[in-house]
Amino acid sequence: MIAYWAILSARFRALLQYRAAAAAGFGTQLFWGLIRVMIFGAFYQSSNAVQPMSYQDVVSYVWLGQAMILLVLFRPDVEVQEMIRSGTVAYEMLRPLDVYLVWFTRAVAMRTAPVLLRAVPMFIVAGLLLGLKAPASPQAACLWALSTAMAVLLSAAIGTLMTVSMLWTIAGDGIGRLVPAATFILSGMIVPLPLFPDWAQPVLNFLPFRGLADVPFRLYTGHIAPAEGVAALAHQLAWTVALIALGRWLLVRGMRRLVVQGG
Amino acid sequence: MPHIVAENLVKTFHIAQRRPGIWGAFRGLVHRRHRTVRALDGVSFSVEPGELIGYIGPNGAGKSTTVKVLSGILVPDGGSCRVLGYVPWRQRIETVRRIGVVFGQRTQLWWDLPVVESFELLRDIYRVPAGEHRQSLDELIELLDLGPLLDVPVRQLSLGQRMRCDLAASLLHAPELLFLDEPTIGLDAVSKLAVRDFIRRLNRERGVTVILTTHDMDDIEELCSRVMVIAEGRILSDGPLESLRAQVTRERWLIVDLVDPDEEVTDPDAEIIRRDGERVCLRFDPSRTRPAELIARVTANHAIRDLFVQDPPIEQIIARLYEERQS
Repeated sequence: MIAYWAILSARFRALLQYRAAAAAGFGTQLFWGLIRVMIFGAFYQSSNAVQPMSYQDVVSYVWLGQAMILLVLFRPDVEVQEMIRSGTVAYEMLRPLDVYLVWFTRAVAMRTAPVLLRAVPMFIVAGLLLGLKAPASPQAACLWALSTAMAVLLSAAIGTLMTVSMLWTIAGDGIGRLVPAATFILSGMIVPLPLFPDWAQPVLNFLPFRGLADVPFRLYTGHIAPAEGVAALAHQLAWTVALIALGRWLLVRGMRRLVVQGG
Repeated sequence: MPHIVAENLVKTFHIAQRRPGIWGAFRGLVHRRHRTVRALDGVSFSVEPGELIGYIGPNGAGKSTTVKVLSGILVPDGGSCRVLGYVPWRQRIETVRRIGVVFGQRTQLWWDLPVVESFELLRDIYRVPAGEHRQSLDELIELLDLGPLLDVPVRQLSLGQRMRCDLAASLLHAPELLFLDEPTIGLDAVSKLAVRDFIRRLNRERGVTVILTTHDMDDIEELCSRVMVIAEGRILSDGPLESLRAQVTRERWLIVDLVDPDEEVTDPDAEIIRRDGERVCLRFDPSRTRPAELIARVTANHAIRDLFVQDPPIEQIIARLYEERQS
């Protein structure tokens, strides 16, 4: 475990170096957040019907999304991608470590350091000035924290699966663009999931993607009552375990066929 | 106990072939044509502790496949092997814990971390106790002159500096067996000498077994007591450098510097193979012509400033070995 912890912390520290990227990202997310809040404001003012989510909750949901955006905006691990492209990825097996766990650990680092760099200033600015409310209750806050931690693992599991898939596609650019486009919508980053039509709800509830954003955000605002929180966490956990199992299984197969490339 | 025993290793790859052109690409979607490449075709050898072995062969000969099988990355189709007593592909983690590997073309250091942090990470990965780590790191810093490089991020190192750091990185866990894959590739003369000197000391003083693949024949001549030549998946020659020479050719070269650069040189027992201004290179067979006689004759017939006898360069020996194999 010490080895994986060391990799995590080294990667975390390396990623904390990219402060300019974080500042630029923060600016962009702030701008997009303002636009999204205005759009939802217009929708809510133009209708008298009772909405499945209050305007106040939607505003908090939007700002949480802008803060945590990198959990959903998957980018393949460029270093691993480069290794796969050059065929040297087989040499990952030269360390006395489990290759899947190493990649998963790297994915976790990629989903914590950059997220923290953007989320902390976003919470401060949005909380003080832009209508992001505090968590609905201490219970809600605890569940939100737990669920966010689970979202990091879930996101890392999906990301590692994408990395592993590059063992077949080699390029990875296609998957690197398609998957984020789909997960962005299905996780609630464009429109909060409760605002989707009723017929879509069973599908959205089943898929893993709501665990990345929608579940923690609604636990935060109390839209999912703390009593139902455990079920929501279980959904995240089940998908995380399943995707890790799938990723490991694929990696073993992929490594076997890839070593041919190295020559 | 030998460090490596390989018996009759066989590894074949099936490579899907694309037919040329658009039509070929479409046909490939329906029916793939496969080509079978025998990367290892019955490779057997054994390595005793403390040996320093040169492993050479043309590109695609099977060198790197051998290294991959021995280090647990590849599972062979046939044959057996033991590395430090382990079957590498079944006991990968146990095996790699006790071997070191350096690839000249690739770094094992973390690109955006300072060198010293990479070393610390390796300490944690191999679970080297802090005291031992400190001691072996101090030794390596001293031997490879790494002091000024420790705080530099890896991406800023020159190739020679990086190679020195990579060598240190592969040795921090004190492996008994070290695979070096082209460690001098692309290095300038000074760095090359430093790396060579280090490999020699490592082998002599610490008794580390080294398997060195290289295309630089100076590396082989300077370092290796034993040379294995592989081509098309088979070991063509295995033994001391001298016996490799003897196996291919007995000829030697007499190099003569003439006083008059335009003078013609002829001798019944020697053949001119190169002429470069005043310098003439004569080939002769020492088993038929005694070198002393030839030298006496040449010096008697020509005005000579300098002369010396040498073996043909190892490159030529190897090239001839490959040619014989193909014909």
